[in-house]
Amino acid sequence: MNKRALFIIPGLLFISMLGLLLFGLGRDPNMVPSALVNRPLPEFSLPGLELDAAESIALITPEDLTGGISIINFWATWCPPCHIEHPYLVEISESEQGLSFIGVNYKDDLNEARLFLEEKGSPFKKIIVDLDGSLGIDFGVAGAPETFIVDSFGMIRYRHVGVINHQIWEETFEPVISSIQ
Amino acid sequence: MIPELGSFSLILAFCLASLMVVIPMAGAITNNQLWMSLCRPLSSGIWVFMVISFACLAYAFLNDDFSVNYVARNSNSLLPDRYKFAAVWGGHEGSLLLWVLILASWSYAVSLFSKNLPLDILARVLSVMGIILVGFLLFMLLTSSPFERTLLNTPLDGTDLNPLLQDFGLIVHPPFLYMGYVGFSVAFAFAIAALLSGRLDAAWARWTRPWTNAAWAFLSIGIALGSWWAYYELGWGGWWFWDPVENVSFMPWLVGTALIHSLAVTEKRGVFKSWTVLLAIAAFSLSLLGAFIVRSGVLTSVHAFAVDPARGMVLLTIMLIVIGSSLLLYAIRAPAVKGSASYTLTSREVLLLINNIILVVSTAAVLLGTLYPLIHEAIYGEANRVSIGPPYFNTIFVPLMGLLAFALGVGTFSRWKKTSVVYLKQQLSKVLIASLAFGIVIPVIVTSEFNISVIVAVVLAFWIVFSIAKDIFNKTSNKETFFKGLKALSLSYYGMQFAHFGMAVTILGVCLTSHYSVERDVRLAPGDSETIGNYEFIFEGVSLQQGANYQADRAVITVLRNGDEYITLEPEKRLYYATQAIQTEAGIDVGLFRDLFTALGDERGDGSWVVRIHYKPFVLWIWLGAIFMAFGGVLAITDKRYRSKKTVKQSQNESVLSGSSSSKPTMAAES
Repeated sequence: MNKRALFIIPGLLFISMLGLLLFGLGRDPNMVPSALVNRPLPEFSLPGLELDAAESIALITPEDLTGGISIINFWATWCPPCHIEHPYLVEISESEQGLSFIGVNYKDDLNEARLFLEEKGSPFKKIIVDLDGSLGIDFGVAGAPETFIVDSFGMIRYRHVGVINHQIWEETFEPVISSIQ
Repeated sequence: MIPELGSFSLILAFCLASLMVVIPMAGAITNNQLWMSLCRPLSSGIWVFMVISFACLAYAFLNDDFSVNYVARNSNSLLPDRYKFAAVWGGHEGSLLLWVLILASWSYAVSLFSKNLPLDILARVLSVMGIILVGFLLFMLLTSSPFERTLLNTPLDGTDLNPLLQDFGLIVHPPFLYMGYVGFSVAFAFAIAALLSGRLDAAWARWTRPWTNAAWAFLSIGIALGSWWAYYELGWGGWWFWDPVENVSFMPWLVGTALIHSLAVTEKRGVFKSWTVLLAIAAFSLSLLGAFIVRSGVLTSVHAFAVDPARGMVLLTIMLIVIGSSLLLYAIRAPAVKGSASYTLTSREVLLLINNIILVVSTAAVLLGTLYPLIHEAIYGEANRVSIGPPYFNTIFVPLMGLLAFALGVGTFSRWKKTSVVYLKQQLSKVLIASLAFGIVIPVIVTSEFNISVIVAVVLAFWIVFSIAKDIFNKTSNKETFFKGLKALSLSYYGMQFAHFGMAVTILGVCLTSHYSVERDVRLAPGDSETIGNYEFIFEGVSLQQGANYQADRAVITVLRNGDEYITLEPEKRLYYATQAIQTEAGIDVGLFRDLFTALGDERGDGSWVVRIHYKPFVLWIWLGAIFMAFGGVLAITDKRYRSKKTVKQSQNESVLSGSSSSKPTMAAES
């Protein structure tokens, strides 16, 4: 072997590592593949949270969510990251009128949830109350916040774990939404 | 006003750094004394502006200036002042500022302690450091300025520093770690300067050695502090998790250790030159890789800052330019470098080469394990994620360290050029017999069991300690008294022995803690107790306590030793107001031979609590060993070999100034 070639090896190793890192940069380390992606919504029938009435009468079922793209967001007042993402959800729900934002109030105190939304505004068209976390189990939710994109046929198309911010919205949500529109 | 001043200082530092890249280097190429000599004032100017910038951010934190976004995100008016100050480096932007401040400090230090350096070398070294400064300052100014403000709708209060970081550990761990990481930039800059000037000689190795030792000592302490912090703060009693971010701090340390040994060979014997240069480049490259992995979020880790691919892109570009060009330069220049001296298989040269091979293989194994999730995903696709856990790292790393410890003992008795095999056998057989005897008998008597991995580790620890003792005895035996003999030995010799002794101490700590820790997670109601060995832990109950920015459930656990009251431990579970995050604070009784570790878990309905009680023998030794190693590194720097040169070199330096700057630094000072 040529002695000179030996000295090129470190450079070649470095370049291949750089390629690997470049590949790694494009991906989201927090993305968790979900068993539910590309499957229909699970069956459920749960009460909705009404901001002005003490008790809710109407039950919400998967049929209420079809007919447009919905963004289902699992949140709770006990979850600090939910407080962080809330203002952005309000903002994006105002600018994206074509999407219906559905909140799932996850294992929460209903009065606190109501106060929270009254104070900070609600981004949600409907709010499903999941007191015992059973819907969370059906969706395979690990914690709050988690957000699912559901297409107009009621198929789950994407799962996002963690806070949504402007960048995440632009880089992961928008491509998925435009691909299913 | 103050934050703008900080921002402005950063821009000025950037401008000066750009000048430091161009002018001294142009001076070195065209042999212009004035241009070269500008590197000193430029480096001090950069340092001054970085200090001003850092002070501005610290001022914003201490005065609760929440109009600064970074302050609002990482501080809170209730935060105690010491954490407000440490919060300066509690997030991505500020820690980057600290990183650059430390880089500027190292380059300023090089310009201060460079009286014995030829001016053209100093100019090249500072110019290379200038390139790194320019890259990181640009990175900070373009994507990560800590001084960005929201002047409308200024938040009334900050969202608070992550509670995990509200600890003494945050105050000391990052500065030490960065001093180490960034310190390797000096060895790197010297290597590049040597390649550029074509003067890759023993003098180059001698200039580099103290700087490498200093960076290595800082990194040793930094890593140990991080490990200690994880141990008492995370609340589950572990001290090393092979987490990607731990690994990226450990890899520069491993390569830095190899570099220290390889530099010794290059300085004393003039061989392995191109290998040493490669190690110097690798040590700093791995530091850059660390910065990239922590700040880009390519790997999930408890340490990672907010994920931002844009930042990762800039860092990748910096890496491509800095490392890529230096490896290109290496590929062009290094093949021409020739070693001169000859040596045999039993020489110290070869033993140090073995040390280097083991350390580099260990680094490669850690690197592979750290990046493997990425490799796996690149091959098998996104749906197949894997994580590489401690089993992989332990399986590979532990035997390699065993080999290293064995080679260390042999290396202690070896001589340059050639060691007589008869002499080696004669020395080593005594050490071997003694270490086998002590290493087998003591663990078996104390634990009354025959655990082979414990025995191997204890034998190796004694092997190191006895070779050190025997070598010191050999080196003093020809003097009139033992103490006269001790006085005659050089500080760098003591430095080496201290560092090696530290390795033995750490080996013992790691092995004994891993094998003999007793860990109990028990459910205790007030009045209940749990016994481990001759310690009885009585759970007295939990009370609510108020802290500055949190409230805590504080448990009181009375510990009895052999039935007598010994100590009261108070582990806490804190709820931080601003973030509503829960944080455990372990209650630990630190001892030289064992730690008693308690942490408070969840409350159960009936008034009982889950309590974690650990008995951890020799855990302190893990970090004690690191302190010995770092102390050894510092001792070696203070050796008068490096200081006495000053006078000799100074005159030489002057002659260089007056005459041709490209005159080869002679080895007159040697011998």
